[in-house]
Amino acid sequence: MTDDDRVFDDALVFRALADPSRRFLLDLLFVRDGRTQSELEGELEMTRFGVAKHLRVLEEAGLVVVRRSGREKLHYLNPVPIRQIHDRWIDKFTEQHVTALIDLKRTLEEES
Amino acid sequence: MSDTQVFRIWIKAPAEKIWQAITDPEWTAKYAYAAPQFYELKKGGRFYSTATEEMKAYATAGGFELPEIIIDGEVLEAEPPRRLVQTWRMLMDPTTGAEPFTTLTYEIEEAGAGVQRVTITHDTPGAPATAAMIKGNPEAAAEGGGGWAWVLSDLKSLLETGKIMTDA
Repeated sequence: MTDDDRVFDDALVFRALADPSRRFLLDLLFVRDGRTQSELEGELEMTRFGVAKHLRVLEEAGLVVVRRSGREKLHYLNPVPIRQIHDRWIDKFTEQHVTALIDLKRTLEEES
Repeated sequence: MSDTQVFRIWIKAPAEKIWQAITDPEWTAKYAYAAPQFYELKKGGRFYSTATEEMKAYATAGGFELPEIIIDGEVLEAEPPRRLVQTWRMLMDPTTGAEPFTTLTYEIEEAGAGVQRVTITHDTPGAPATAAMIKGNPEAAAEGGGGWAWVLSDLKSLLETGKIMTDA
């Protein structure tokens, strides 16, 4: 791993986002963060170890930050890597017509 | 949403440099919102930030008054270059200005190979308008700007490349 990779590793973030369970965990934390692993486990049909592993991958990618509060470990969503992906990948390639297509899709889907 | 928001970034720069970029008004005027921030770096010390000319022009154009001091607070802990805890109240908007003081913590930790892990924790109990504001807008140029995620991204750009993102 080069120094640059360590500073901000796109690959870690994309890999973390590639898994549906991990995306679901991020959605859960978006609704309400500051939750313990056990609170999150209740929302997934998965073993405790599975959830712990996914949370660790998210933490290594910087998408989740774990903070101690007394004896508990609370999980918080970190929006910064998403912001960096947005600045690096989305801004650069999206143009007006792409947005227009997304808007069209949304409008059509809302109507149906 | 919980009453706490956490923002973390890794920056390849010495801790002292990051500390300076957060606490020195000349540095804080260089990135993100570009409003200079003034710190009396001791327990009980004063903190405030003043409006930029751009912010004043924006307010005048919108037909409202902008106070000279746009953010105020008090330093609770200052351990250069690792930890800064302060209270924080946003006065640019009457709604956030009427909310209680929130608590802002900066932590700068060694992460190996000249890299620092910078974490901002903002506790906003009883201050929902402030919490919404710091969360930021996905478009940095939009109303209210990009919040802490944008501030940290811009700080990283400035320290690692010497340029802010809007310079690109």
